[in-house]
Amino acid sequence: MIFHPAIMALLVGSLLVTLMLLYSSYYGVQVIRKWDIKSGSELQLCLERRTYLVSTIMSYMLFFQLASFYLFIFTADAIHATFVSAMCAAGSLNVNEYGYPAVIIKMVNFLFAGTWLIINYADNRAYDYPLIKKKYLLLLVITPLMVAEFIVQGAYFIGLKANVITSCCGSLFSTDAEGIASEIAALPRLPMKIAFYLSTALTLASGMYFCLRSDWSGYVFSFLSIATFVVSVAAMISFISLYFYELPTHHCPFCILQKDYGFIGYLLYIALLGGAVSGLGTGALMPFRKIQSLSQIVPSIQRRLAFMALILYFLFTVVVTYRMIFSDFILEGY
Amino acid sequence: MIELSDIRKVFNSGKPNEFVAIDGITLSVERDKVVVLKGPSGSGKTTLLSVIGCMTRPTSGRITLSGKEITSLPERFLTEIRRKSFGFVFQQFNLIKGITAMENVILPAYPTGEGFPDLKKRALSLLELFDLSARPITKVEWLSGGEAQRVSIARALVNDPSVIIADEPTAHLDTKLSKDFMEIIGKLKVRRKTIIIASHDPIVYESAAVDRVLEMRDGRILSRATRQ
Amino acid sequence: MSRFNKQRNILDFTLSSLLRRRTKNSALVIVYTLIVFSLASVLFFTQAIKKEACIVLQNSPEIIVQRIVAGRHDLLPADYIDTIRAITGVQSAKGRLWGYYFEPAAGANYTLMVSEEPGVEVGRIVIGQGVSRTIHANRADIVPFRRYDGSYTSFEVSDILSSESELVSSDLVLISESDFREMMGIRGEYVTDAAVYAKNKRELFMIADKIKRILPDTRPITKDEILRTYEAIFDWRGGILLVILSGAVIAFVILAWDKASGLSSDERREIGILKGIGWETSDVIAMKFWEGAVLSLSSFSLGIILAYIHVFFASSALFEPALKGWSVLYPEFRLVPHMDPLQIATLFFLTVVPYTVSTIVPSWRAATIDPDTVMRL
Repeated sequence: MIFHPAIMALLVGSLLVTLMLLYSSYYGVQVIRKWDIKSGSELQLCLERRTYLVSTIMSYMLFFQLASFYLFIFTADAIHATFVSAMCAAGSLNVNEYGYPAVIIKMVNFLFAGTWLIINYADNRAYDYPLIKKKYLLLLVITPLMVAEFIVQGAYFIGLKANVITSCCGSLFSTDAEGIASEIAALPRLPMKIAFYLSTALTLASGMYFCLRSDWSGYVFSFLSIATFVVSVAAMISFISLYFYELPTHHCPFCILQKDYGFIGYLLYIALLGGAVSGLGTGALMPFRKIQSLSQIVPSIQRRLAFMALILYFLFTVVVTYRMIFSDFILEGY
Repeated sequence: MIELSDIRKVFNSGKPNEFVAIDGITLSVERDKVVVLKGPSGSGKTTLLSVIGCMTRPTSGRITLSGKEITSLPERFLTEIRRKSFGFVFQQFNLIKGITAMENVILPAYPTGEGFPDLKKRALSLLELFDLSARPITKVEWLSGGEAQRVSIARALVNDPSVIIADEPTAHLDTKLSKDFMEIIGKLKVRRKTIIIASHDPIVYESAAVDRVLEMRDGRILSRATRQ
Repeated sequence: MSRFNKQRNILDFTLSSLLRRRTKNSALVIVYTLIVFSLASVLFFTQAIKKEACIVLQNSPEIIVQRIVAGRHDLLPADYIDTIRAITGVQSAKGRLWGYYFEPAAGANYTLMVSEEPGVEVGRIVIGQGVSRTIHANRADIVPFRRYDGSYTSFEVSDILSSESELVSSDLVLISESDFREMMGIRGEYVTDAAVYAKNKRELFMIADKIKRILPDTRPITKDEILRTYEAIFDWRGGILLVILSGAVIAFVILAWDKASGLSSDERREIGILKGIGWETSDVIAMKFWEGAVLSLSSFSLGIILAYIHVFFASSALFEPALKGWSVLYPEFRLVPHMDPLQIATLFFLTVVPYTVSTIVPSWRAATIDPDTVMRL
């Protein structure tokens, strides 16, 4: 185990959030069993008061998830020197089998937390809490995921030993190594570019269509926006990062978070994550359009979310394309 | 305008200290009228005011406000309705110490999201209405009893509500100030406000401005006397 | 726009109510700031020293070869160096002569080193600031030394090393080769260890491997290994100190929770009034949030600024007793100021996050005070 202060900070933060979620889930079970909006009994009033607590906790959780996601990557980057041949976070994460799963779980939890908050927002606007039980069922799904994150992250850090020989991102993400990272890096460039621009264009188009017509196209849009998220991440590894590093072999998705590249990675990943959450939220609300108390509320929320997703994906594409056009690096020919 | 139908309010239900504050009240309050709830302490006047003023949900029964049922509305909707439609004057004035008269007046309007300059203008005009224009920046601890009461009435009016609810407003006032208070009530009635007062003070329930007196005891209404 | 205004109004009220309860809040702010200050000082100090050590290490040889006899560091035969030079990939190999010297009168341990540049004349020494201070020796002073065989010799101080390099040179005594060998009794065919430089940095591992195979009684140490070990040690030290301070953090969290839960009747009355006149539970929660945010922001910033000044301008004066330990030759140094977002994020997670979490439930409890209560005040 490495006693780096940032690692302790992450473990402490993760523990606290997990405990808060377990606490919320306990009350969530009560809500699912005993909620009755028509009743004026003291139990019902007490339950209603508790929902404020759970909402507050989840809002904080979302913020901490985002912050700790970045802190996690940053820490992995900072400790890379402790491992032989690790040059950046990519190497540190590869030291044991929990590193990359921890990143994935953190991302998934962030998306879930964001979706929960969107559903919560819609539920609160209606005059009879129509989604309350579904909302708390979702909470009961998120809590074990959060516990899993705590365990996996903890296992990763505890299993870190200095001097372990790992790989640097150069070999992890190189085109001729094995493993999923290099599979992605080795994807043929032109088809990847087409896939990226195509999925983004389709998402933007379906989003605009949905904003205008507000019908079942919301499902299509939501699905496309998730797909675009996945494709964009793959595209980052496959060819976008090359333009930022101006090297035909540097595929690492983490190095662009460093100061050397103007911290541009933050902007790009926040845009992608924000777009994914907004798209996911739009889709999550689709089944509830028919509920009477929500019929006025949900469409307007969805429109706002779709608009936000469009802006974020557009921003991402613009920044990336700008870099591709104006960088001195010409990829074709490699 | 406000309809209560078989309202019951029970505290500590199921426990040994269970207490029935209101026991089946059916009541209808008309627009632009002044109603007084008269009765000894413990008769349920305050709880009834709470229920009417959307401060607490009844244990059973139904309430309608201007035709819309509000019994099981979640707190955030209830509060919004309360903020827009009701203004409260409390027995102890309940002004917040340490801040000025004007700040106290605009406090109920903070959550509405209006800009501070607009709020300030409204507050100043209300203070002027109550002869308090000299006092906006005075901290409330320095106000006299009568001034403090007028500030609390001004506060009740800041969101331009249609109903004013007052709980024992003259309990800490001398005869002259009590009469002044009922005069203000009369003026508010002319301005088309509905007013509900709970009081056992004769100056209140015998005042000319009052349209109806409801006598309460043990959580029930005993008699309904209408004037004129 | 209205949402923004609403938050602004609530923030306005929060600030005024914080100022109205100055005493209670200042106690919390002071403790909060102290906690941030302690953790930040530890963090800044360990990271800055780590950085210094790594910078200094950049100039050290890529491989250092030592001879190991019976598991301990022994003198290296000079002809080993020729063998090493012959290995492909080695750019240059030089013998180094250095050792420790204990001066009983001062109770201090010097590091004696033979230096090529700057060269030292026979009969003269160049000493570090720490040595100079301890034995009160200035330029042209004569300093006595005891030889390995008990006899005495003395050297004239020709120069004193600059105070900028104090962190590494404080206890250094630079001496000429002949004087060193004479004083320590080391014959010409031995050196202390060898410094090896390679043409291609990537081959260091292989070269070290070869050295180990050809000269099995040696231990080659690469600069990389040293860097990693340093990093690990400093991180570990910083981490241990933080673990020790965690007791303080926990006490602070309990204090915060207690303060947040223990609403005075005055505060309770105030919140009751707010709820009575039309504030919603989420408005009061927002107020509590702003309260926490203002307190956290001020304490966090103040704590970090004070720690920065403490570590980088006052040379961590408060840590001195712990750091100095037995060392007599404690260097006076100024660390290069260094602060990065990772440190700030770490501090944030170790202070603001626990504080916020401890106040969530008490704030909520305060916010859910029944508006009904205002009628019964």
